Amino acid sequence: MSVELLNFIETVLNGLMSGVMYSLVALGFVLIFKASGVFNFAQGVFALFAALTLVGYQTGQVPFAHLINELFGTNYHNWYASMPNFFAILLTMVTMIALAWIIERLVLKHLVNQDPIILFMATIGLAFALEGVGDLMWGSDVKVLDVGIPSGGSIWLEEATIGLAAEGSDYYGMYVDVLNIWATVIAVILVVSLALFSQYTKTGRALRAVADDHQAALSVGISLRSIWILVWAISGFIAMVAGIMWGTESGVQFSLSLIALKALPVLILGGFTSIPGAIIGGLMIGVGEKLAEIYIGGYFETGAIENWFAYVMALVFLLFRPQGLFGDKIIERV
Amino acid sequence: MRIKQLLIGMTASVIAVSSYIEMAVADLKFPMLVYRTGAYAPNGIPNADGFVDYYKMINARDGGIGGEKILHPECETGYKTQVGVECYEKNKKDAMVFQPMSTGITYQLIPKATADGVTVYSTGYGRTSAANGKVFKWIFNAPVTYWDGASIAVRHILKQNFGNIKGKKIALVYHNSAYGKEPIRTLETLAKKHGYKLMLLPVDHPGQEQKATWLKIRKARPNYVLMWGWGVMNQVAIKSAASIKFPMENFIGIWWSGSENDVLPAGQGAHGYKSLTFNAPGTNYQVHKDIKKYVHDKGEASGDGSHFGTVLYNRGLFQAMVQVEAAAVAQKIHGTSKITPAMYRDGMENVNLSAKRLEELGFKDFAPPFKNSCENHGGSGLAAVQQWDAKTKKWNMITEYMYGDSDVVQKLIAEDSSKYAAEQKIAERCN
Repeated sequence: MSVELLNFIETVLNGLMSGVMYSLVALGFVLIFKASGVFNFAQGVFALFAALTLVGYQTGQVPFAHLINELFGTNYHNWYASMPNFFAILLTMVTMIALAWIIERLVLKHLVNQDPIILFMATIGLAFALEGVGDLMWGSDVKVLDVGIPSGGSIWLEEATIGLAAEGSDYYGMYVDVLNIWATVIAVILVVSLALFSQYTKTGRALRAVADDHQAALSVGISLRSIWILVWAISGFIAMVAGIMWGTESGVQFSLSLIALKALPVLILGGFTSIPGAIIGGLMIGVGEKLAEIYIGGYFETGAIENWFAYVMALVFLLFRPQGLFGDKIIERV
Repeated sequence: MRIKQLLIGMTASVIAVSSYIEMAVADLKFPMLVYRTGAYAPNGIPNADGFVDYYKMINARDGGIGGEKILHPECETGYKTQVGVECYEKNKKDAMVFQPMSTGITYQLIPKATADGVTVYSTGYGRTSAANGKVFKWIFNAPVTYWDGASIAVRHILKQNFGNIKGKKIALVYHNSAYGKEPIRTLETLAKKHGYKLMLLPVDHPGQEQKATWLKIRKARPNYVLMWGWGVMNQVAIKSAASIKFPMENFIGIWWSGSENDVLPAGQGAHGYKSLTFNAPGTNYQVHKDIKKYVHDKGEASGDGSHFGTVLYNRGLFQAMVQVEAAAVAQKIHGTSKITPAMYRDGMENVNLSAKRLEELGFKDFAPPFKNSCENHGGSGLAAVQQWDAKTKKWNMITEYMYGDSDVVQKLIAEDSSKYAAEQKIAERCN
């Protein structure tokens, strides 16, 4: 095979892997939108908050330490030296469920039957408030997140592909980050679990009923509030997974909340109501932006086109299929 | 009626008391443009803490500068240019000096501060050609500029290759902003001079995703990678370089890409990564002892005190020290402790931080000496290379402080500042 072709395959492969990372964020958006019609602007901050909380538990950090010390003149920073990953993840999940409950009690409960734009605005407020709470609780330092997921280039793949190039050619084998392979495996498990949950459990069916028609679901005795708490909690769990993956790559820091911007073109492309759409959309955006950056980025004087190119792709799609690839078709009856 | 009178009376009293307090305490105003929130907060916080701790120490130990207390109101910019300009407008009255902590904000403030008669001090960042004091009367960027930095990095590479880098490939991974683009011109000029091939790789804000950039590097296999990054971009780049097994000793960042925050997330992978620096890390200096005694031990530390001695905290100390020294010099020149912003500028232009003076100030061997003058607002142009040891989690200085290619840099500064002077119709001074 020619080196050019192998490089092209490598770019596509890495695009797919990046796409999976975007899909992990987009999944949280889709779940909440499907069940409650709310576009949760705070999803990126959810991922940040979950990652901050996880590191906080891992390292035994005292929440609100700075505030407590300032108010009471104390000098508390850590409860304990470290906590095993399993328990830290479990505690973070409990925290995210508690957060979902608090959001339902303090925000959503009071906004039932309001226009979608009001709910959207509420989630913008929620994003900023949660970012502030995260800062107060855990501080703004860059935190190292290590839950034991390996990272770095896959040596196996590199060695397996080095011989594919013609003899004597300047080729070093194919590169894929092991962390991204793990992200793909986790995303597949997540999607399969979600599909099984919604198809074969009573709660899952209730969730789908609420997603299809709130009024009809209420009329058959499904508690809208319980379903909302559940859906926000699941979405919090997905945010934690996304936070772990992205946080392992870059360290946990406040820029993590901006990963939500990576999910927007994915949602436009895949549709706001489809879980497979979030996955396929993520993969398409990932591949599209990587190919664009590597093969046509050089023709632009400013370079770095991948960020806006993803939005161009989404916009073009929007023109031909406003509901996205797998989104529900919008039918207005007169 | 009585309630109305009471309210008016109370308001008047509050205004009178607060003006008195301000007059009595806030004699020298050093507004701080900080970013303690947002994507760049991990860099902004230790730097701001360094400033605040130093000002507090001077107020506590010396009773201020020449008896005048330092007031240091903070304005949060979030590293956003527009917000930075708003902060400047809000705080410019009676301000001695502004430290924008962003090249983007500095570019916006240059014409404004020049018109308002306010000193802007962009320590080792901002517009490089502002080093030409003949054109940029109110702007200072000592002790070293980005163009010095670019040429010092190339000089280091030259030394490693016995003076010959013809045909070598050097990639520049840069923040796609005014800051990141600053060294391009110098590196292009040096590429012509030394015969190396320059690859330009911009990374968009914030730099969380750089896969395409590092795939390009993996394919092109440059001999060296230079980085002009900030915030999360640094951490992701260092981790990505380690992931593609790029030799870390051939990866050199500018001084804003060389803090503990940048390397720790990459763990052992960051071992051997290099960056330029114009100040030392650590706490083994007299200034740290004084800060501990007069600030931290009294429970007055800025933040939680955890950044004490880190690279960016120490840089904040250095920046604050130069600003305080400029005020002291201005007081001496004009024979009064109550200096005006115009007098302060004179002080900044006459700052002479010799080795002896640095020692007196508690900064012995902390940074190379430098001197400003009417012509030169860019300082000594000296920087050293430090290298990260992931095992001991420490930065080690591996070179002496060295000069860049002053022939190239001075020529470029003269060209760029002349162009600016012609555009803005500024008559050169110091003649």
